[in-house]
Amino acid sequence: MLSMGIFSLPLAQEAAEAAAHAEAAGHFEPFLPGLIVLLPLLGFLVNGVLALVHGRRSADAVRRGEELDLDTGGRPSTHTLPTWVGPGVLLGSFLLVVANFLRMRGVELHEAVVVNYWTWMDTGAFRVEAALQLDQLSMIMMLVVTGVGFLIHVFSVGYMKDDPGYPRYFAYLNLFVFFMLVLVTGASFPVMFVGWEGVGLCSYLLIGFWFGDREKSDAGKKAFIVNRIGDFGFLIALFLIFVQMGTLDFVEVMGRAPDELVYGGALVTAVTLFLLLGAAGKSAQIPLYVWLPDAMAGPTPVSALIHAATMVTAGVYMVARSSVLFALSPVGSVTVAGIGVATALFAATIALAQYDIKKVLAYSTVSQLGYMFLGVGVGAYAAGVFHLMTHAFFKALLFLGSGAVIHSMHHALHHTHSHDDPQDMRNMGGLKKFMPLTAFTMWVATLAIAGIWPFAGFFSKDEIIWYAGAAATGPFASFYTVFWVLALAAAMLTAFYMTRMMVMTFHGSNRTGDEEAKHLHEAPLTMTVPLSVLAFLSVFGGWINVPEAIRNSFLGGFGALPMSEWLHDWLDPVTHTATAIREEALVAGGFLDGEHHYHGYLEHAPFGGGELTWALASTLAALVVVLVAVSVVRRWQIEPAAKAGEPQSGLKKVLYNKWYVDELYDLIIVRPVLRTSRFLWRIVDSVIIDGLVNLSGGLAKFAGFVVSLFQTGSVNTYAFILTVGVLLILWTVGF
Amino acid sequence: MVETVLFWIFGAVALGSAFGVVMGGTLPGKGGSPVASLLFMVSTLASVAGIYVLLEAHFLAAIQVMVYAGAIMVLFLFVIMLLNLGHEYQRDMKGWMASLMLFLVSGALGGILAYRFAGPGGGAELDFLAEANTAAMDAALAEQGAVGVIAEPLYTTYVVPFELTGILLLVAIVGALALAKRRVA
Amino acid sequence: MLTQALVLSALLFALGTFGVLVRRNAIIMFLCIELQLNAVNLALVVFSRVAGIDGQVFVFFVMTVAAAEAAVGLAIIISIFRHYETVNVNSFNLLKW
Repeated sequence: MLSMGIFSLPLAQEAAEAAAHAEAAGHFEPFLPGLIVLLPLLGFLVNGVLALVHGRRSADAVRRGEELDLDTGGRPSTHTLPTWVGPGVLLGSFLLVVANFLRMRGVELHEAVVVNYWTWMDTGAFRVEAALQLDQLSMIMMLVVTGVGFLIHVFSVGYMKDDPGYPRYFAYLNLFVFFMLVLVTGASFPVMFVGWEGVGLCSYLLIGFWFGDREKSDAGKKAFIVNRIGDFGFLIALFLIFVQMGTLDFVEVMGRAPDELVYGGALVTAVTLFLLLGAAGKSAQIPLYVWLPDAMAGPTPVSALIHAATMVTAGVYMVARSSVLFALSPVGSVTVAGIGVATALFAATIALAQYDIKKVLAYSTVSQLGYMFLGVGVGAYAAGVFHLMTHAFFKALLFLGSGAVIHSMHHALHHTHSHDDPQDMRNMGGLKKFMPLTAFTMWVATLAIAGIWPFAGFFSKDEIIWYAGAAATGPFASFYTVFWVLALAAAMLTAFYMTRMMVMTFHGSNRTGDEEAKHLHEAPLTMTVPLSVLAFLSVFGGWINVPEAIRNSFLGGFGALPMSEWLHDWLDPVTHTATAIREEALVAGGFLDGEHHYHGYLEHAPFGGGELTWALASTLAALVVVLVAVSVVRRWQIEPAAKAGEPQSGLKKVLYNKWYVDELYDLIIVRPVLRTSRFLWRIVDSVIIDGLVNLSGGLAKFAGFVVSLFQTGSVNTYAFILTVGVLLILWTVGF
Repeated sequence: MVETVLFWIFGAVALGSAFGVVMGGTLPGKGGSPVASLLFMVSTLASVAGIYVLLEAHFLAAIQVMVYAGAIMVLFLFVIMLLNLGHEYQRDMKGWMASLMLFLVSGALGGILAYRFAGPGGGAELDFLAEANTAAMDAALAEQGAVGVIAEPLYTTYVVPFELTGILLLVAIVGALALAKRRVA
Repeated sequence: MLTQALVLSALLFALGTFGVLVRRNAIIMFLCIELQLNAVNLALVVFSRVAGIDGQVFVFFVMTVAAAEAAVGLAIIISIFRHYETVNVNSFNLLKW
């Protein structure tokens, strides 16, 4: 068992620094932290009321036989307010977060600031405060959620303007942001769980936003049910933690875990594996990833916000938040990394053969989430969060860009009353001519996700891969070596399928048809502005955490960047305990001598070569893949979807059908469950249970009939029975 | 000695009269009036009052005669006469088979009770019922008098139940009036 | 004498019970119930002879309740007689739902 001694070793030097900081450090005073969370809730209330009013009004209009003519700008008055309130509250929250962020930067904060509001429950030994936790990690998450969230809200104004459910849409979206902020700022597992379930609810509501469509409402249900499986794991983990430690507050649990839990013990391993199940559900990892591709049934900005940028990263956030627990369990960590890399590769292969533009992005998201899991699994918590952040930028951009494309395609097809699928890339092609800005920004994001220097994705993804390789020093070394190779392979696949998507969508000949092509147009300003901002972030967002080795080379402009490993240092107060535990274990296991710091064992990859070498190699490889893909895909003879149909044979068919995983689940889980349920219903419930209930009723009735025979109504009988009763009592008592 | 003789006399009269209460007005050739039973009942009550005296419960004996044998029995008599009973066309007694069975049942009841009171291991063999134990009561009687000895607990320990019985009697009066009053259509 | 008095009370009680069971005239059944009460009173007085005055106080309360019971019971009998023109308990069997 590890003792407190672990802190002394790596932190010997830091301890002195901390003492120095303590004098210089001011006191971090949170600025209206509650309001950050409450503003979106306020927006939800306003928009929700409007949605009700609007719904009533539309129903009345339909009853009167009128039609709400939305196409000609005849938008109802209930659409005006959400336009301002929806993004407005997000902007307010974002500005507050920025204000807090600046305050936090101004001081040296070594411990989380917990803001207590009220006692949520107090049942003897179990006490939960409704409290927010402000530290470096939650600050980054809040910046991402409110910042990217605001841009997506603005985009939604343009994207959803003709939708009859406009106020309802913004109500759900604001509610989602509220719950997401609760999730990332909650100071204990139960409060986090409230947000966790709340975002799940909003996800369900927004996937099934167009609930009139059976397929879409089914997708919502699927997401909800699959997430329940993960939540089950999450809850079990909470129970285990509570039983062992008697508290669920993050500060307490993470502070006491190194002393109270056995390193690599069964309990902490069980806790981490159950937490992982929860995270896998929310973050769409194997085996629970199946809901996310179906979740694309929702409006595209929803896919961008919930199913790419924020909610699905909750699992990564949770692992990073519980980093101490995962560091205490090498088995848990290697499982996280393994699941992550398997998902990354698996989803990437599926993305190769999809034709639906949003499906490609969905599997790409699953794949990138796998990278984040790999990162937090190998102990690179800062790298995982870093990739979470850059991914939020470029994946939101990709989704919003695809939204702009779909929007345009939809209008074009709508004008000619064509029933072609506006999301199928085989129906697109050559759209660059009509939507130059969208094409440009999406290319930026594509290069970012492919890991091309100097875009954001390069730094974040490369860091994760690097750490995976470097983790091959410690326990499970051979596993980590395999993970590293697979991660590199998945990166190449990423570059290929993203380029394929871009080329099929924007380049080559136009396949929409001539009449439709006349109606293709660039997206309105409310949509292109968020795209541009996100493109900017996709380029420069990675520069806040450039590894030292790269920064000092030509790839980093020979140290020209002002912020070297800024995010890593910023998150250090949150992650240093976990890092120290891992390092102590490495030293204890003889993998590392005590002289080195955490960075010390990151000096070599499994097959030699330093960080710079491998970064250079991978970006060059990705660049080659992109270029090859451009030239290859451009030469493909692509036929419109209606003509081509589905791939009929070979690996392509298997990939197009997503390895038949849905069918497999259907076979081994859904159908047995249905069959068992039917058995339980028809036999156990209808026959046995109902029968027993009826039998007991019948027996009571029969007994009542028999006893009623004694009730003659005659005083004589009663007196006689009474006497006999007295006699019996005397007899039994007396003798 | 005198007391023992008196006890046997009173006891015999009480038992005989009680039998008369049960069988009254049903003996062959005696008509069907319940008044006979009532008079036998008065006799029983008086005999029991006598036994009360022998048991040094003078106050209760007096009340037994005044309230029970006097007031309550007169009330019964009024009702019997008011209703002009005794001309029933239905037989008052059950058939002899049923009567025999009921006699056995109630006989068993009395037998068990008597056995518990007087049988082996029962009251007779208990120190509790020894004559010597009556000394305390005798002393109390000598000190407080026959009325005082019962009045003292009645107005101290049992004052609340005592007041409650007063309310009970009031309610009974009102209830009896309400029940027996002829409804005016 | 105490034991004998108790046996007397048991026999009186049994006779009262027999009367209640065997007679059909409501008033006589009622009388027999009074007889039972008296038997119990007798037992209480016997006990109070050796166990203190409380038994006699209880007899006092029993008498009071008996008086109340007689008043109400007889009123009920009058009421029933008005309705059925009889006090034979075989004639009314309404004591059920």
